[in-house]
Amino acid sequence: MSDVYIVGIDMIRFGRFPERTVPGLAAEAALMALDDAGLGIRDVQALYCGNLGQASGMVGQRMLAEIGQTGIPVTNVANACATGATAFRDAWMSIKAGVYDIVLAVGVEQMGKGLLGGSGGVSTEGLIGSGTMPAMFSHIGMEHTRKYGTTFEQFAKVSVKNHFHSTLNPKSMYRRETPLPEVMNAEMIAYPNTKLMCSVNVDGSAAAVLVSERKMKQLGLSARAIRVRASEMSSSPFEERQLAMPDFSAVTRVAAKNAYERAGLGADAIDLVELHDCFATAEIVHYENLGLCADGEAGRLIDSGATQLGGRIPVNVSGGLLSKGHPLGATGIANIYEVSTHLRGEAGQRQVEGARIGLTHVVGGGPGMGAACAIHVLEKA
Amino acid sequence: MASEDTEAVQPLVPYLKTDASGPYLAGSKCQACGHLFVGERRVCAKCSARDQMSPVRLAERGRLYDFTVVHRSFPGVDTPFVDAIVDLEDGAHLKGTLLEVEPDPEKIAFDMPVKIVYREAVPVGGGGKPYLTYFFVPA
Repeated sequence: MSDVYIVGIDMIRFGRFPERTVPGLAAEAALMALDDAGLGIRDVQALYCGNLGQASGMVGQRMLAEIGQTGIPVTNVANACATGATAFRDAWMSIKAGVYDIVLAVGVEQMGKGLLGGSGGVSTEGLIGSGTMPAMFSHIGMEHTRKYGTTFEQFAKVSVKNHFHSTLNPKSMYRRETPLPEVMNAEMIAYPNTKLMCSVNVDGSAAAVLVSERKMKQLGLSARAIRVRASEMSSSPFEERQLAMPDFSAVTRVAAKNAYERAGLGADAIDLVELHDCFATAEIVHYENLGLCADGEAGRLIDSGATQLGGRIPVNVSGGLLSKGHPLGATGIANIYEVSTHLRGEAGQRQVEGARIGLTHVVGGGPGMGAACAIHVLEKA
Repeated sequence: MASEDTEAVQPLVPYLKTDASGPYLAGSKCQACGHLFVGERRVCAKCSARDQMSPVRLAERGRLYDFTVVHRSFPGVDTPFVDAIVDLEDGAHLKGTLLEVEPDPEKIAFDMPVKIVYREAVPVGGGGKPYLTYFFVPA
C-alpha cells in the first residue's frame, strides 16, 4: 500500500488571544499550511478538525466559512489531549484507504488560565483526593519514585531543559530559561510538580496538508515532503489500578509497540522526539514508555543530558508543552510540525543535526475517562 | 413522599452505602477472573465477562500505594491535602484523602498501613450541606 505524505504544515505562535475566535485561529493555521504546500482550499477534498472546548460547535465548518466553503466533507474531532493527532490520523486513514488524495487536518484550542475542569455540581475534590490534572500526573511521578527512587530534582530538570529549548523556538509561548532553583522553588501545585513543571494553558492552532504518494509526485512536492512511517492510536488497556489512578503509561506502551512495528524500526532509530510533557513528571515516565531507555533508567537519562539538544536523543526541542504551551486540540499537530521542521532541516537554531526520523506522542484523558494515545513516526521523504 | 431517608445525610459517592451495621464501601468481584472493583457493575473491564459480578463489602484496611500533596485545587477547596491511592487488604484499589498525617512528602511513607473511617463533610458545590464520605487515616 502506498504511503501518505505531509506536504504542508505550520502552526501559529502559541499565546493568549482572547479577542480572537476558535474558527479564526483554525483558519490562520490552515492557510499557513496550505501556503507551505503551495496549495489552496479548493484543492482540498476533506477536512478533519480537532477541537475540545467547542466540540459540539462545528468548528471545521465555521473555519471553512472564513477561508472558502467548497462543500467538502468535514469531520469534527474531540479526543482529549490526543484531539489534534486524532484529526491528523483520520486524515491519514482517509488517504490510506484510497478515498481522497489531498486532505487537510487542523487542530485548534482557545483556553482560559488556571486549572482545567472542576465545574458544576457537588464536588468530591479534597474529600476523596483530587481530580485536578496536576494531581493525576503527580501520582504518576510519585509511582516512579516509589518504584525507582526518582527525585524531585530529576523531575524538575525536565522543566529546566524544555524551558531552555524554548528560547530557541520563535513559536513558543514562553522563551525564558528557568534555572533549577527557580523551578524547584516555584509555587508547589501538587508534589512534586511546581507551577513551572505544569504545562501552559494557551491558545493556538496548527494544520497539516496530507497527500497520497501519487498526488505528491504529480504535484512535484517531494522536495520537502515528510513520509508518515507509522500512525498509531490506542485506548486504555485494562490496568490494575485504573479506577483509582488514570493510566497514561500502559496506553502509551500499546501505541509505541504498534508504531515501532508498523514503521519497521526501533527506538534506537529515532533522532528526535516530541512527547507529551503536560507535566514534568510525565516526560520522565514516557522516556521508558516510548523505549528511549530501559525501565527504571529515566532519572539517569535526564541526569545524563541525553534528552537535551545535542544529546543522544533530544526530547521536546520545541520547548514542549511546558514552555511552548499546550492548546489541547492543537498540540497533536503542533508536535508533528516540530518534528517535520527538523526533518526538513528548517529548524534554525534548535535544529537537531542530521535528523532523519522523528517520533511524536500525545496522550490525554482524565479521572474516570480512560485515555487516548497517538504516536506518529515521521521520516524525510 | 416524605420518609426518613430524605432527612438522612446523603453519601457523597454512590459506592458508599449504609446498612443496619453502618456505612461501608460497595465493591464487585468478578467470578470469572477474580478482579475486585470499587462500586457496582455488570461487566468485567478486565476479562469482559458479563453478569459474573458478585456484590462484596470492601476491606477497611490497606497500605498506601501512592500519594501526592495537593497545594492548588479548585476554588473553595481547603489545601494542602494528601490525595492517596490505597491498596486494600482484599486487593481493591481506592482513591481518597489521607488525614491525620503532616502534608509533607518527607513524612509520608509508601506502604504505610491505613484504615478507612466514615465521616460527614461539606463538599464544594453542595450548598453548604454535609454529606457522608470516607477518609483514610494511619492505622
